[in-house]
Amino acid sequence: MAKYVIVGASAAGIGAVEAIREVDQTGSIAIISEEPCPQYSRPMISDFVSGKADFHKMKCRTDEFWKENNVEALTGKKAIALNITEKTVQLESGEKVAYEKMLLATGGKPFVPKMEGSEKDGVFTFTTIADAQRLAAKIDSINAKAAVVIGAGLIGISVTEALMKRGLKVTMVELQEKILSLLLDAKASDLVEGVVKKAGVDIVTGQSVQKILGKPDNEGAVGGVTLTKGDQVSCDLVIVAIGVVPRTELVAGTAVKTNRGIVVDNMMQTNVLDVYASGDVAEAYDFIMNQNRLLPLWPLAVLEGQVAGYNMAGKKTMYMGGTNMSSLKYFGIPIVSIGLTNPKEDPALEVLVQNDAERNVYKKLVLKNNVIVGLTLVNCIERAGVLFYLMKNTINVKKFKKTLLSDDFGLATLPVGLQRKMCVVL
Amino acid sequence: MGCGLCEVYCTVQHSKSKDIIKAYNSEYPKPISRVKLEVNKPVSFAIQCRHCQDAPCVTACLSGAMQKDEKTGLVTHNAEKCMGCWTCIMVCPYGAIIMDKEGKVVAKCDLCQGFDEPACVANCPNEALVFREVKP
Repeated sequence: MAKYVIVGASAAGIGAVEAIREVDQTGSIAIISEEPCPQYSRPMISDFVSGKADFHKMKCRTDEFWKENNVEALTGKKAIALNITEKTVQLESGEKVAYEKMLLATGGKPFVPKMEGSEKDGVFTFTTIADAQRLAAKIDSINAKAAVVIGAGLIGISVTEALMKRGLKVTMVELQEKILSLLLDAKASDLVEGVVKKAGVDIVTGQSVQKILGKPDNEGAVGGVTLTKGDQVSCDLVIVAIGVVPRTELVAGTAVKTNRGIVVDNMMQTNVLDVYASGDVAEAYDFIMNQNRLLPLWPLAVLEGQVAGYNMAGKKTMYMGGTNMSSLKYFGIPIVSIGLTNPKEDPALEVLVQNDAERNVYKKLVLKNNVIVGLTLVNCIERAGVLFYLMKNTINVKKFKKTLLSDDFGLATLPVGLQRKMCVVL
Repeated sequence: MGCGLCEVYCTVQHSKSKDIIKAYNSEYPKPISRVKLEVNKPVSFAIQCRHCQDAPCVTACLSGAMQKDEKTGLVTHNAEKCMGCWTCIMVCPYGAIIMDKEGKVVAKCDLCQGFDEPACVANCPNEALVFREVKP
């Protein structure tokens, strides 16, 4: 029995623990995680494969984190059933943990489409440290030379860079016509594609992998792939990086309402009393799209977890919402993409663009009624946060629109009233 | 007046040698200023980390490098842990986090820990920069 029970101990779970302890220092907390050491940064698994980070560096909280916060960490244990009438969660080991307040922070699992040959040795997904360790070990044990990465989104590009750094020849296969299509418009995508190709990566767009082939001397091991249009690419490894789907298994058959993910309100409560959800499993509010939806992003998961934690501990807190927002470091080309970055033609939207091919700099803002609703910055990101502030606080930028994309844009170019509001000047 | 001495002294303070000539001419990795002079005449001011109470960079940090020190109230950045993902830059409303392109990490104001006063304040010729504690 614990006052607070959290299933999942990654970003959202950690955020919740910290928030609960701000409000309630004594109420018992139990956290359940399948992983033996959950408090590590999943976005860093590509650095683990490339060799840039060891596991110690990846720990996003100290080893004493659970102890310091007086949390019973049920690590290496899997929650298999939720009983909302009994208010218990059943573990695979047979134990039952009773709760007063429950947070579902179960995250997402990699989506693997049906593909002939996907059971072969050498096919990987890429979301956890265990995936990264297996992949790194495999590269060494078979002395892998080439890999096919399926999916050119955030995970795809991160694992591609890591494999390239390990000396593998990588082919990225993307079903959409452009890489990073959920984050970038065609122009920015082309710019990044140029950089990635220059680094030696082959990119195939508008196609998928139809079949994973075996090796001539070992049918059970990955030897190549056949693409949709029939071309073959030989490789030793296939990494499936198409995306993640919410892990809603635990609430299947319960009264907890799900859509694609678990449905929550702006206090991160589900429709069932005392049951909350946060992170990749939850459909939280997107302040740009003005709707709840899946946004599987680490910083948002932490925020959502915090909001759930505060509310569970009795401090009423509203989630202000997130949006599709990412910063990318890969291939030495810094990118920030937030909100509506690739809108369809719409007379209500105004698009400001600055394209400097010589410096590989691309900046784009999408405005609606003089409020920023989308921004893309490539190779020039240091003032991204100021623009994000304007976006998040729906500041009318009409009077200083011209300055937004200029090189010297910053706090100094904002109107004095706004500078005062931000306490930059007194 | 926009002289930029704050940037110079910050750079030197965060160099290995603490020597202005070596800091600018020979040190590798090149030390960088964590304070940024912004000029839009007639206004000019120096922007550095505000050590926010609810710091967006801390919540957003993917690696745990950015932390809020409960005792001092400082927002601290551990470059050893930083993965250079630039997420903090994306969310800092002041644009106060600097990209250390050579080190592939970020850098920010640490209020010159271990010294009486931050170097930018101590060396501001016009006393435009002041160092004092304000209640949140």
